[in-house]
Amino acid sequence: MNDFKALNEAVIKGDHDKAMAETRSAIEAGGNVSDIVDKGLIAAMDEVGERFSKGSMFVPQMLRSAKTMKECMELLQPHFQESEAISKGKVLIGTVKGDLHDIGKNLVSMMMEGAGFTITDLGVDVSPEKFAEEAQKIGPNIVAMSALLSTTMPSMRQTIEALQQAGIRDKVKVMIGGAPVTEKYAQEVNADSYASDAGSAVTKAKKLLGIS
Amino acid sequence: MLIVGEKINTSRKSVGEAVEKRDVAFIAKVAREQADAGAHYIDVNAGTFVEKEADYLCWLVETVQKEIDLPLCLDSPSPEALSRALELHKGEAMINSISLEKERFQYLLPVITSRPCRVVALCMAETSMPTTLEERVQVGSELIRRLTEGGIPLEKIYVDPLIQPISVDIRMGLASLGAISKIMSDFPGVNTICGLSNISFGLPERRLINRNFLALCVAYGLSAAILDPTDQRLMSTLLTAEMILGQDEYCENFIEAYQNGRIAGE
Repeated sequence: MNDFKALNEAVIKGDHDKAMAETRSAIEAGGNVSDIVDKGLIAAMDEVGERFSKGSMFVPQMLRSAKTMKECMELLQPHFQESEAISKGKVLIGTVKGDLHDIGKNLVSMMMEGAGFTITDLGVDVSPEKFAEEAQKIGPNIVAMSALLSTTMPSMRQTIEALQQAGIRDKVKVMIGGAPVTEKYAQEVNADSYASDAGSAVTKAKKLLGIS
Repeated sequence: MLIVGEKINTSRKSVGEAVEKRDVAFIAKVAREQADAGAHYIDVNAGTFVEKEADYLCWLVETVQKEIDLPLCLDSPSPEALSRALELHKGEAMINSISLEKERFQYLLPVITSRPCRVVALCMAETSMPTTLEERVQVGSELIRRLTEGGIPLEKIYVDPLIQPISVDIRMGLASLGAISKIMSDFPGVNTICGLSNISFGLPERRLINRNFLALCVAYGLSAAILDPTDQRLMSTLLTAEMILGQDEYCENFIEAYQNGRIAGE
């Protein structure tokens, strides 16, 4: 039985007021906070991602849902116990060196966050050295790279090489994406996965980490 | 409105394959149909072939100009590819594009001043993409200043306000349109240019959005566009907008297009 149907629907619709009211009443009813997050919010965002990948939801709707979820998370924050750290995994993300495009990367970050991952966003024009250095510092499960220009795609290969040189290539999974990037290119540069949009980025990330 | 035909781009699957196979007939056909549909410039882009880009771009220049008598828009950020393609090019090429991005400006300026050409000045700042109208105007003005100082005449400059999707931020439409208008009025004689498809990213019915955006661009003063001139609905929208804005004397172009069966109405 799903007690969170109303909350799910409010998040999918991006109805802030309704979603926040539902979250509040779930807290007041003494609901388990991780349950509210998992079954109420993340489940809804999973649905959003799926609908987006299928083309039955569109970017503005996805943004609205993500924003709604974020607001609900803020309501829940004070109720978390230390032991209830709910992160599905750590993701280090950025647009590669020489490339200033951030829209696609931001959509992926947002959906990953919505799915329960902890995101560290390095922004745009991120050098291979920076990726490697931050990866050593944070110890992410996934390093995700975006490129929108065919001319900056080689930076992806260089970043993967930098991870290798830093001795951490086998400790992280590498995902890549962006308009000119393909599945074939991901194989060529020895990335672990390619995602074509923000919805499938979440699915692929979960698959990489063996999360259902 | 100066029309740059966008179809010869290797990111389109059929074009990429044709270029790889050196299929002269296919490329010639795509060039010819755009010229027949009213293109003034034909864009050539081999950007997906990162390592062989220069060779392929040169081959495209020769192949297209053998077929049609139009100048080309050389679409690449690579100084090497551009300078080699320019050497083969007949007539006054358009270079797409220069921006304020670090290195890009300094490496491209000598190339675009090496012979007479037109240049697209993309409003990309040194380390970020502009989001607001003001940022676009600021970057555009700086590009105009540096290009004219470098010896490029104002009327050879085509400022591209950098179109970003309204799906992500609904203010993006007016930011671009307002920037077109402001740049055109601040620098009389300069041109503005843009592609259309970025505006509709993330939304359904993208062609509908693109052609309405084009009509609005015309109203805000856009003087050149990179588009698919074989798209009859798009071209009909363009002709209609120009006529309504008083840019088509005696409605001649519109009526002529109608009489030639080129207006896609209902």
